[in-house]
Amino acid sequence: MTPSRTAFAAILAKDLRSELRTLQSLPAMALFSVTTFVIFRFGLDRTSLSGSLAAGVLWATLLFAGVLGINRLFVAEREEGGFDAIRLAPIDRSVLFAAKVAALLIYLAALELVAVPIFAVFFLDGGAGLGPLVAVLLLTDLGLAATGTLISSMAVNSRARDLLVPLVLLPLVVPLMIAATGATEPLLSLGGPSYHRFGTWLMVLGLYDLIFSLVGYAVFDFLLED
Amino acid sequence: MYGKGLKPLSIATVAMIAVSLSLVFFYAPLDADQGFIQKIFYLHVPLAMTALVGFIIGGLFAIAHLRTDNRKWDAYSYVAIHISVIFGVAVLITGAIWAKASWGHWWVWDEPTLVSFLIVFLMYATYYPFRYAIEDRDRQARYASVFAITAGAFVPLNFLAVRMAQSLVHPRVFATSNGGLPGEMMLTFLCCLAAMALLWVTLVKFELTAKSASGQVKRLRRALDAPAPGGSSRIAPEVS
Repeated sequence: MTPSRTAFAAILAKDLRSELRTLQSLPAMALFSVTTFVIFRFGLDRTSLSGSLAAGVLWATLLFAGVLGINRLFVAEREEGGFDAIRLAPIDRSVLFAAKVAALLIYLAALELVAVPIFAVFFLDGGAGLGPLVAVLLLTDLGLAATGTLISSMAVNSRARDLLVPLVLLPLVVPLMIAATGATEPLLSLGGPSYHRFGTWLMVLGLYDLIFSLVGYAVFDFLLED
Repeated sequence: MYGKGLKPLSIATVAMIAVSLSLVFFYAPLDADQGFIQKIFYLHVPLAMTALVGFIIGGLFAIAHLRTDNRKWDAYSYVAIHISVIFGVAVLITGAIWAKASWGHWWVWDEPTLVSFLIVFLMYATYYPFRYAIEDRDRQARYASVFAITAGAFVPLNFLAVRMAQSLVHPRVFATSNGGLPGEMMLTFLCCLAAMALLWVTLVKFELTAKSASGQVKRLRRALDAPAPGGSSRIAPEVS
């Protein structure tokens, strides 16, 4: 049996390498988010944003851009027979879940590396709140990666692939978005960042991450059986 | 075999609902604030509690299905979620009527329980298109179980998040230790809760019986080489 760490590193490296070579998801996600910012600028008719409006625009955009990547996460496995290969390989199947969560986490972080600075340039007065925002981004990404991987792996084996991810994932991440916007809102408020209930929201995010990582890890075996 | 005991159970449910309704209309005192419309509380809250517990039970059945690989549990899980979703529609309608009568709006966003329930309902409403999209029956059963478990874990977490998003000044009906209800109202409420729980159990049992009967008919038809009229349902699991 191949040790889990080796298998994890191999699958993750495979995913990142194929993304770097084909550039299937990341450019689309970044482009989508920038265009969505422009649409929000005219939809809301605002040239600068702060507080709850800023948090809402940022998270709605990141979530929908994330869904694009989540939709494509398992497409290569499905089309090129990667699922069969994983089933045949002498590895623990939960490793695939962990590696895909890690890959998605890296995609989301890369997306935010592009989208958040552009958001700040477009709409924010100063970058003072962006430092502590990193913690919120990371914790939310982890929750989104865990649920996204779980839903994506099921959706890719169904008839209505691209439809199923947004349909099932959006209600599932509502608590995550409540906590993320709750933590982001005071950070982007007009009179400089404040930390109203910041720690509490981070704890809710952490709890969500923990629960859905464990659920995903526990049930992922059953999704690969055939 | 699922039909065993269905008759006494149905009679008990009807009796319990009759007793509860007479308690609601003739025994429980009128609410000083809201008057007669408050009586919808005895329908709305028990329905909501039963639906939420039903969702969790559906998740527990799904765990049993994945552990034992017995398709029976998948059917149980499907029926539990199905009946709870139907209860959920009733909860949202009665909630809207109550909100209109006592607050003047059909929908109020600052009532955390109502909002949480809507989100949970939307989550479970995707159970059907999700199930429908997977063709292979074994895979469909397994994926549906994974969905039921994930959504079951989501229910309490969602209530926590929505509750926290509200300002902390909102009053809670059940916040105080004795429920904040006078004794007569509490008794009526508990009777209604028991009636709704019984109704849920009866409906679940009824649907399982119906599925099992149609499965048997189909098997008999197959044995006789006669084609089934209309074909079978593509969403619902079969019960043997």
